[in-house]
Amino acid sequence: MYDISNWWNSYINEDFIRVTVQLWKGFGVTLSLFFLTLILAIPLGLVLAFCTRSSFPLLKLPFRAFVYVIRGTPLLLQLMIVIYIPGIAFHAPITKWGMFGGNVARAYFFGALFAFVINYACYFSEIFRGGIENIPKGQYEACDVLGMTRSEAFFRVILLQVIRNILAPMSNEIITLVKDTALARTVAVTEILFCAYEFLKIDAIIWPLFYTGLFYLVFNAVLTWLFGIAEKKLSRYYK
Amino acid sequence: MALLEVTNLKKSFQDTDVLKGISFSLERGEVLAIIGSSGSGKTTLLRCLNFLETADSGSIQVDHHTIFGGDDAEAASVLASPKQIRKNRLYFGLVFQSFHLFPQYTVLQNLTLSAQLKALKENKALPRQERRQKAEIFRTLDQQAMELLKRVGLSEKISSYPCELSGGQQQRVAIARALMLTPDILCFDEPTSALDPELTKEVMGVIRSLKSSDTTMIVVTHEMDFARNVADKVIFMANGIIEEKGTPEEVFDHPKSPILQSFISNT
Ligand SMILES: Nc1ncnc2c1ncn2[C@@H]1O[C@H](COP(=O)(O)OP(=O)(O)OP(=O)(O)O)[C@@H](O)[C@H]1O
Ligand SMILES: [Mg+2]
Repeated sequence: MYDISNWWNSYINEDFIRVTVQLWKGFGVTLSLFFLTLILAIPLGLVLAFCTRSSFPLLKLPFRAFVYVIRGTPLLLQLMIVIYIPGIAFHAPITKWGMFGGNVARAYFFGALFAFVINYACYFSEIFRGGIENIPKGQYEACDVLGMTRSEAFFRVILLQVIRNILAPMSNEIITLVKDTALARTVAVTEILFCAYEFLKIDAIIWPLFYTGLFYLVFNAVLTWLFGIAEKKLSRYYK
Repeated sequence: MALLEVTNLKKSFQDTDVLKGISFSLERGEVLAIIGSSGSGKTTLLRCLNFLETADSGSIQVDHHTIFGGDDAEAASVLASPKQIRKNRLYFGLVFQSFHLFPQYTVLQNLTLSAQLKALKENKALPRQERRQKAEIFRTLDQQAMELLKRVGLSEKISSYPCELSGGQQQRVAIARALMLTPDILCFDEPTSALDPELTKEVMGVIRSLKSSDTTMIVVTHEMDFARNVADKVIFMANGIIEEKGTPEEVFDHPKSPILQSFISNT
């Protein structure tokens, strides 16, 4: 007869539990990086979008240039600059900054977060700019002749149409962000891939690497599902 | 004095003079049709009246109030402030050629949105004990909106979204939306030129039915039947000036200017 305890021992063994616990911890870091980037980059992106749309060239041009540089260079490079340049060029490594209280892991995490927020804010700002510029002029004029103020028009009429315009590009970008968090491994942030790689290095087991793929896939499936719902809700108003 | 008095209104874009001194007046309850060939400045005139463009000079008076320009430069600059413009443009309503309904709101909400915002602002200005309940105000507005939708024949559509309506229905909603703020003068910029003939009849019928002793309308149109049969006055514009004005009979049956004569024989 088939021995169930044998099966248990060979598959759900000690390694599996140890790896699972460790990967969940790493995934916690991944999620923190993901959500914090999202929460900070969206408002910053909105501000950048307004700056790059400004009719005042002294505001518009420097911000356009900044967005161009950030979008035109690899995130990996930006990560390295944020993490290593303070130490190399200014003898002030971020791990020694008072605000991190000597906690090296925290210093790397926030350094990486900074680079992610700047990078994604620039991408988001271009999406927002497109979304805002795609609103027909007639919508603003209809608000005007109905006596609305600029801010009433924006918040009561324009905003939802902008959200609808940017939903598809934003969902692409956000799913890319989920996967981009893995880049933080290169600057010693202990996200999920970092943890899996430790098992490869120390215990010489490969399968945790594939196991991380499962985490990403499930999380992206949830996001895709949520965006699908939002898209369906908003498409009600349009043929 | 007339309800609307427009005096020597001028407007140019860069180096093209689009309005070269427009003067006319309109009595309460009158319907004015503005006709003229493409590029003659009809839309620009309506946009100046509704403050979507700022005229360069001239004046606009409604019901004894100067709302734009005038002789007193200081008073004119006060009138140019965004707050004054927001207040003064409510003397006018504007119905656009392509409707510009708000897609995310139902028909009813399209009508009530701006009225609600306006009521809330006015309510806030009241002393505390006189403030009325928001729900009560909104209920009254809903009733007014329903009344208007009945007038334009769309009672059953109150909870539809604009994308679910035909062009003619959308334009009728847009007309009701403009009426919701009870403008003294309702302007239409080619309200039917985005519609096929059947729907044109439907919308023109609604506009005609609005005609009453206290609804004053300015209709820019290419529908000569409408101008002839519904309007009290007709203005023919050409190259930024009023080439000819008068009653429909004068303009259509006894045109004096050669440009108007050829315009009429071409349509
Ligand atoms: N924002 C603008 N900038 C520059 N030129 C403009 C602008 N708006 C209108 N014009 C010009 O002003 C002139 C009059 O335009 P307007 O739209 O008032 O004409 P119209 O009589 O309404 O014509 P149509 O019958 O085609 O609607 C046109 O030559 C047009 O090119
Ligand atoms: Mg026009």
